[in-house]
Amino acid sequence: MALEDTRTLRFFNRGPSAVARLVFFSVLSLLLLFVDARYRYLESTRQVISIIIYPFQRLTALPGEMWDGASSFVSLQSHLVAENAQLHLQHDVDSAQLSQMETVLNENAQLRALLEVKQRAEYSVQAAQIVYLERDIFKRKLFVDVGEQGGVQAGRAVIDNSGVVGQVTRTYPFLSEVTLVTDKDNVVPVQVVRTGLRAAVFGSGNISELDLRYQPVDVDIQIGDELVTSGMDGTYPSALPVARVIRIERDPAYPFARITCIPLAGVDRHRTLLIVSGVPTLPSRPTSEEALGSSVRLKKSSLRGAP
Amino acid sequence: MRYEMSMDREFLLPASRRFILASFVVAVILEWLPWHGMALVLRPDFVGLMLLYWCTHKPHRVGIGIGWMLGIFVDVADASLFGQHALAYAVLAFGGQVLNRRVQMFSLKEQSVHVFVLLLASYAVYALVHWQVRGYIEWNYFLGSLTSALLWAPLTLLIQTLRRPRRNPNEL
Repeated sequence: MALEDTRTLRFFNRGPSAVARLVFFSVLSLLLLFVDARYRYLESTRQVISIIIYPFQRLTALPGEMWDGASSFVSLQSHLVAENAQLHLQHDVDSAQLSQMETVLNENAQLRALLEVKQRAEYSVQAAQIVYLERDIFKRKLFVDVGEQGGVQAGRAVIDNSGVVGQVTRTYPFLSEVTLVTDKDNVVPVQVVRTGLRAAVFGSGNISELDLRYQPVDVDIQIGDELVTSGMDGTYPSALPVARVIRIERDPAYPFARITCIPLAGVDRHRTLLIVSGVPTLPSRPTSEEALGSSVRLKKSSLRGAP
Repeated sequence: MRYEMSMDREFLLPASRRFILASFVVAVILEWLPWHGMALVLRPDFVGLMLLYWCTHKPHRVGIGIGWMLGIFVDVADASLFGQHALAYAVLAFGGQVLNRRVQMFSLKEQSVHVFVLLLASYAVYALVHWQVRGYIEWNYFLGSLTSALLWAPLTLLIQTLRRPRRNPNEL
């Protein structure tokens, strides 16, 4: 049956057979895959196609935006009054803390000047709306509505009001692609607030989990410890909250403790994120051969050697 | 008898180019809605399903080339690697074309089984590429092919109803 089909198909089509077409397009796809995965030559093509599909992408984000608009339109006055009161209270508390913070900052600046230490990095942020969340379950990515037109560059850190969300990995004219910290094997250099221990958290691929890898079994980490960015890589500014430790398994049979954390930023809770800009670039490495990830690899091997 | 009836009907139902295009646009928009969490895992592959429908019902209009093009667009929107969806959809379109009459010989329930196998193959291609590049596979991903196959019967009925008013009522 199938054989006959292909034959009639060929007869009417007056073109190459289905098998020939399949082979042709498969080879083309594999070629594209290889070039894209290895060399990233196709970014400009991607940009052009992204402009064509941009209207559709905005269209698909429309139901969510309309729902938001509608729900804010019909929200009760009592809710608004209560929320307003709460925000006022929060504002008073914050401003009191802020004035304290200012004195501390001044003091810190003076002390740093005395010690002749470089000033802590100042950075500015840019608000961006989430257009849509990840498209298939392999990827922990989202898209925001500020792109090259808004001055965003790949590599910028993305945060929300409670912590680090991720990093801009690709920019289009009107959109940016943000890879979340929970993306599989995505690394963020962190520091434990309580002890100052430096480490690296890895995305687990699960939306609500991060792994703190390559720490010895007797490492001084407790449940509830907060992890902040250490600012060692020049991508994330320092002292931004990243995660909290929720589970520690110390099994002496394994060289490392299994430490699980939850990310502090809530991507699914609100629509607005902040893109960090103006993080000063670090001076280049003495041995530029080794790429960014190698610091982690080095650490791994040295730890493996230690016990 | 059933063979002839369904065959004739399928071939005589007209489908304008505009209608096919509109159906793909609707599929793309459905696919790109902000699915999240479990809904994302179970989300049917609307674009793949629509492609398969046209490949089985109008194999001269929609074929491997169009499937491939569609895949490229989806790749850009998804931020997947260039050619990942394209390869999966080319395989899907090929399967649809080769099996086009065979699929139509069966009832909708039996068709769904065929469609499930084809979708599974296309999902496997996608996952295989991902595994080659990133080194792991999410097995949950294959649940999507099941929900897609379940959607085959409703989709076929829907499109046939949409196409029906335009056909000549004297014919059948």
